[in-house]
Amino acid sequence: MRRFSQYAALAAYVVFLAFPLLWLLSTALKTPQEMALADPTWIPREPTLSNFTDAFGEQDLVGAAARSLGVALAASLITVLISLPAAYAIARYRGLVNKIAIGWVLVSQVFPFILIIIPLFMILRDLDLVNTLPGLVVVHVTFTLPFALWMLQGYVRAVPRELEEAAAVDGASRLRSIASVVAPLLAPGVVATLLFAFISSWNEFMFALVILQNPDVMTLPLTLVRFTGPEGVARLGPLAAASLMATIPSLIFFSIIQRRLKSGLMAGAVKG
Amino acid sequence: MRIKSALAAAAIVALAGACGSGGGDGGSSSSSSSGEPVKINFLSLAWQKESVAANKQIVDEWNKANPNIQVTYVQGSWDNVNDQLVTQFAGGTAPDVIHNDSPALSGFASDGYLLDLKDKLPAELKSDIPQSAWDTVTFDDGKGGQGVYGVPFLQESQVIIANKKLLDAAKVRVPTAAEPWTWDEFSEAAKKMTKDGTFGVAWAMKSPVNKTLNLALNFGGTFFQTADGKTTVKVGPEEREVLQRIHDQLHTDKSADPDALGQGTADPLPAFYKGKFALLPAGVYLRQQVAEQAPDGFEWVTLPGPKGTTAEQGAVSQTLSIAQDSKHPEEAMKFMAYFLNGPNQAKLAKGDWLLPTSQTAASDPAITTEENGWDVATASAKNLVVAPFLKVNGFDEWKSKVATPVLQEYFAGKITLDDAAKRLVDEGNKVLERYQR
Repeated sequence: MRRFSQYAALAAYVVFLAFPLLWLLSTALKTPQEMALADPTWIPREPTLSNFTDAFGEQDLVGAAARSLGVALAASLITVLISLPAAYAIARYRGLVNKIAIGWVLVSQVFPFILIIIPLFMILRDLDLVNTLPGLVVVHVTFTLPFALWMLQGYVRAVPRELEEAAAVDGASRLRSIASVVAPLLAPGVVATLLFAFISSWNEFMFALVILQNPDVMTLPLTLVRFTGPEGVARLGPLAAASLMATIPSLIFFSIIQRRLKSGLMAGAVKG
Repeated sequence: MRIKSALAAAAIVALAGACGSGGGDGGSSSSSSSGEPVKINFLSLAWQKESVAANKQIVDEWNKANPNIQVTYVQGSWDNVNDQLVTQFAGGTAPDVIHNDSPALSGFASDGYLLDLKDKLPAELKSDIPQSAWDTVTFDDGKGGQGVYGVPFLQESQVIIANKKLLDAAKVRVPTAAEPWTWDEFSEAAKKMTKDGTFGVAWAMKSPVNKTLNLALNFGGTFFQTADGKTTVKVGPEEREVLQRIHDQLHTDKSADPDALGQGTADPLPAFYKGKFALLPAGVYLRQQVAEQAPDGFEWVTLPGPKGTTAEQGAVSQTLSIAQDSKHPEEAMKFMAYFLNGPNQAKLAKGDWLLPTSQTAASDPAITTEENGWDVATASAKNLVVAPFLKVNGFDEWKSKVATPVLQEYFAGKITLDDAAKRLVDEGNKVLERYQR
């Protein structure tokens, strides 16, 4: 009985999660007439691919997706590369600097980004990074970094200090114990942080909007918004088709990387 | 902050190695020394399929005919264009030619971001567009004079989209562009069409302000008055007419579908196709969706908007402007003059289902045909006058914080007209005062 209710709850949750995606699929396959029916149906009566041909014919979706993928991968890797050692330092070395650093991380989280967008834009302009993808990567890294740092230092803290001490007793240097003991245990945390950074960058719109101006450097969110008009009016068909295609790369990325997202590696590592 | 800069610097170094120079080519408005073509960026907000195609076609034609002035077509989006422009203006990297709408220009003009086109407009373009349209883009230049900060090219009027079967069945006089319904006739017709669960009319009033303010001009209602340089809100008998008449349809005659009241402009369409109501007052552009979506066999017609003491309606314009920082203002103006000539405006109007300001375009057969109500729509352009709120500093805040909730409550029958008028004026004046210090 208990098992049944667990499955029921799980099924309800899956339906809740899948609903928007299925509705998107259904909309993408409908004709404009069918979309305007007062009693909408789940399964299109006359499925059509014209929304896909319109979306791909009018906009460079493939190019935009490739650019978004490049930016998101670069931004997430750089974020993790920077935040990993920093998180280790924050978690392991206690002192005034450490407290200030944590304070800075928290304060930087409460800044509304619209406040800094103009100064940031000026800095990028002076560095000749406006209208370039590296410029966007820099911005994405800057904005994901505080939270990534926060996330990772939690994971580092969860690795018992005793494990490193045990390694030291066995003669491992600090670097050696980090590389051979801490790093493998941190893998799930690193993966979670990578996912967070990737998704933040993949979906980011506002900075991309102001930084990228040439049609040939625009990312996916900027391309999708071209199917919308003023006051919330949109070309729903092509928009749904393009959005559906836009979720695919991130789904693939997720399915590859989520296997590493397992925990429990440390069960029984420190007997207390 | 220092840590942040250090991280940013580190990231840049990392990227410089990782990405090399493959990411982009920096600024686009390069100089035109040594015979290289001048490059102009054109930010367009067109989004309808036909409209984007028309824009691209005109830009392509220009680029072929003018190898020395090459225009790059950049698509933007209506919802974010002003955030985008604020940043790019401040950073000095705004596009040369900017598509926007006239209410947005006044702020940018007074901040000095837009070029005053007053002395730059070619005579032909100037005379092809009526003064009432030029009025929508003429603003204070911040130095005590008046400047022209854009070329107005597309306008929207309010029409009534009607279910032909229900209209014919009601046996009412069918209004024409020459003889539109009076508001009394409109109300009568709506009453006649209300029976057996069908309503006469549907007012989609999720965003009620622009629609009611533009229609209020039918009775001379301007909602704002300026005396001694100070603008205040006014809700007198002229302003109350249209408000009261819509309210009557909803609550006294009960000829308006209450379900539509909270909906956005396009939301009532499914119920319209189903025959739940007969008349849908809407902007001319909504015809595009009706033409595309209406089920087979559904017949619809476009009727002119109703008439009060006049048939006048308030209008804003879509515009093209030139950034003050543009390095090639002369070339940009040449491109705009070509882009907005009569035949091209007709193409753009057709693509966006809006009305051209160009008088040459207005007689183009493509937009005077009876098909899809173009004849009625295009004829309604003559009733357009500059929307009275267009030049009111603080209008946007009045609209979102005061007028939208007040009108929503009034049309929902929660407050009386006197209450609504009092709040529009009292709360409104407090808002406007802050903008006039």
